[in-house]
Amino acid sequence: MRYLDHAASSPLRPEAWEAMAPFRSDDYGNPSGGHAVSRRAKNALENARDSISEMLNADPLEIIFTGGGTEADNLAVKGAAFDGGGRGGIVTTPIEHDAVLRSASFVESFGCPLNIVKVDTDGLVDPAEVASHVTPATAVVSIMMGNNETGIRQPIEETVRAVKDVRPSVTFHTDAVQGYVSERIDVQRLKVDLLSLAAHKFGGPKGVGLLYARSGIRLEPLIHGGGQELGRRSGTHNVMAAVGMAAAMEALEAERESFRMRVAAERDAFEATLADLAPGAVFTAAGSSRMVQTSHVRIPGIRNEVLLARLDLAGVAASAASACQSGAATVSHVLEAMGMTPAEARECLRFSFGWSTPAGEGVEAARLVAREAEALG
Amino acid sequence: MRALVAMSGGVDSSVAAALAKEAGWEVLGVTMKLWKGPGGEAPTSGCCTVSDAEDARRVAAHLDIPYYVWDYTSEFMSGVVDGFIDDYISGKTPNPCVECNRTVKFSRLMAHAEALDCDRVVTGHYARIESDGDLFRLRRGVDPAKDQSYVLSMLGQKQLAGLWFPVGELTKAETRHIAADLGIRTADKADSQDICFVGTGDYRDFLASQGVNPAPGPIVDKDGTLLGVHHGITNFTIGQRRGLGVSVGEPRYVVRIDPITSTVTVGSREDLGVSQAVLSDMSWVHRPVTGSLAAQYRAHGSAVEAEVEQTAGAVQVRFAEPQLAVARGQTLALYRDDEVVGGGIIHTVSRAAAPPG
Repeated sequence: MRYLDHAASSPLRPEAWEAMAPFRSDDYGNPSGGHAVSRRAKNALENARDSISEMLNADPLEIIFTGGGTEADNLAVKGAAFDGGGRGGIVTTPIEHDAVLRSASFVESFGCPLNIVKVDTDGLVDPAEVASHVTPATAVVSIMMGNNETGIRQPIEETVRAVKDVRPSVTFHTDAVQGYVSERIDVQRLKVDLLSLAAHKFGGPKGVGLLYARSGIRLEPLIHGGGQELGRRSGTHNVMAAVGMAAAMEALEAERESFRMRVAAERDAFEATLADLAPGAVFTAAGSSRMVQTSHVRIPGIRNEVLLARLDLAGVAASAASACQSGAATVSHVLEAMGMTPAEARECLRFSFGWSTPAGEGVEAARLVAREAEALG
Repeated sequence: MRALVAMSGGVDSSVAAALAKEAGWEVLGVTMKLWKGPGGEAPTSGCCTVSDAEDARRVAAHLDIPYYVWDYTSEFMSGVVDGFIDDYISGKTPNPCVECNRTVKFSRLMAHAEALDCDRVVTGHYARIESDGDLFRLRRGVDPAKDQSYVLSMLGQKQLAGLWFPVGELTKAETRHIAADLGIRTADKADSQDICFVGTGDYRDFLASQGVNPAPGPIVDKDGTLLGVHHGITNFTIGQRRGLGVSVGEPRYVVRIDPITSTVTVGSREDLGVSQAVLSDMSWVHRPVTGSLAAQYRAHGSAVEAEVEQTAGAVQVRFAEPQLAVARGQTLALYRDDEVVGGGIIHTVSRAAAPPG
């Protein structure tokens, strides 16, 4: 089985599994209690938080544990828009993840102005254009660091600068769920105010993520209850998962450079081999700045669902757009925003590589893709 | 040998998949997503809902077969829904299940099955395919109450060669029994009676939701006497008795719908009698067959004696006895005993003593 769908999810790193093991039997305490059992859990949770904040160059109090990347995006958009009972406006792009876009249209239905900045045919934003959409009514600007479908990498640093020049007080959120897989993040360098991560994209467990929230940024909580995470996200912590997430991040950062090189090498070899064997294949945004882990390809004349089924039967796991509730692939809103027709979008597939991708996988997978595509041609 | 099973989540297609696997085939299951709500989401009522896809997925998991969900919403829209709306607007009564079979299931899906190196497409239809030398015959299913050969009457040799209907040899009771024995969770699932994209609602509400806003018009009797006013011809089908909004002391039935003048003509039961139908979009299972045949002009109706002629590309069906509720737009399937010889769409009908309409 050749797994080329790391952008969907990545296997659990052994370091994460090991770090999570004690919580199966021994460390079962609720971190919010006062006795020794609770303290152990609390210490473990806070150690995880300390470690994570250090890796992001943030303060521990600025890390909010959530139930995943989607929840972090929801908290960022809705929390900023509704802060203090307000109806703050959102500025965002049409290629964001649905977790941002649907949160944005939800708050729009409550009266928050929504402003969508156009992207070019590669999906890129122009920093000055983003800034020009910011008004006194804007509460948050949300631009993803890297796109989960195409792999395109947005100019976040420049865009934050442009936006803050126009309105220093506006909150800038970036969905770094995919972006963080590709590069180390320093929130002081990026100067973002909010940043979303999801553990299972980098070898941590599913069901846990975080929202970095710069101190001073206020968010209306989505989940009310016992007041955990300084009131911003109530609920008994998933200590095991938070610890697993921290361990996965540590493992990633420990091999950051080699991870980048390895993953980029496999992705590039995949594209080179496929370009050679299937000359009609078109690689999306190949000339623009991309994250290292993703290859988005259009094979003209071939319906992606059918090729994906053939690849599945041939032992290659890949994907196309996102799946709806029934499991069918939807027509991608990302590709549509980039100017592709629905017919072209239906010919696109995404292949993504990760920490467990063996050397040579890119070449082998490309051969299989070319072979299966040819059988359909 | 590899088979692609179209799995709707219902008991028939579930058992079809199980029987194919039991017979030693390499089985792949697929659910076709045909319809989506305004936000792009799959429907949650009617047929082919998210819950149905989940049932299909569970059965596939139980049978340990690969399972996919494919998006056919645009083919379905253009092949089935658009025509459904157009037919009602032009005073016809469409049969969307037939159009789905024609344009989606037994064309696109079969093409995709071939692309996956499948030797057969399997469905849960109650009908039988028999091979007789080089010839493929399509016969009614063993269970007369469930026979679906009518909606399969557009199939030809090439398609029949690539299809298999395992439950056609069974009664519904036997199918449910097999499902229960195999531990398939849909054994007791109720059969869907609805049009999949209309759901439990009324087709008129569906048309309204699609922006169909037909003009009001007169309701007249055969002599042209004005009896009342209606709010759109799409609210009526031939043979309809209820909801006419007229009372003349005796039952009245819709006998004609004129889309051009928006006139609905009502008459007595006798006036409903149709003696002849001309078919368009004719397809023959093997080759044209004329003469004395049996004609079935409704999905749930029996076949009646008829004389069939083919002239200049059009097929004329003359019923031995006048038939009630023969509606333009419906499929008419021709049988020789229990074998389907062909099917077409009712284009025009004529009554013994009236001009064609």
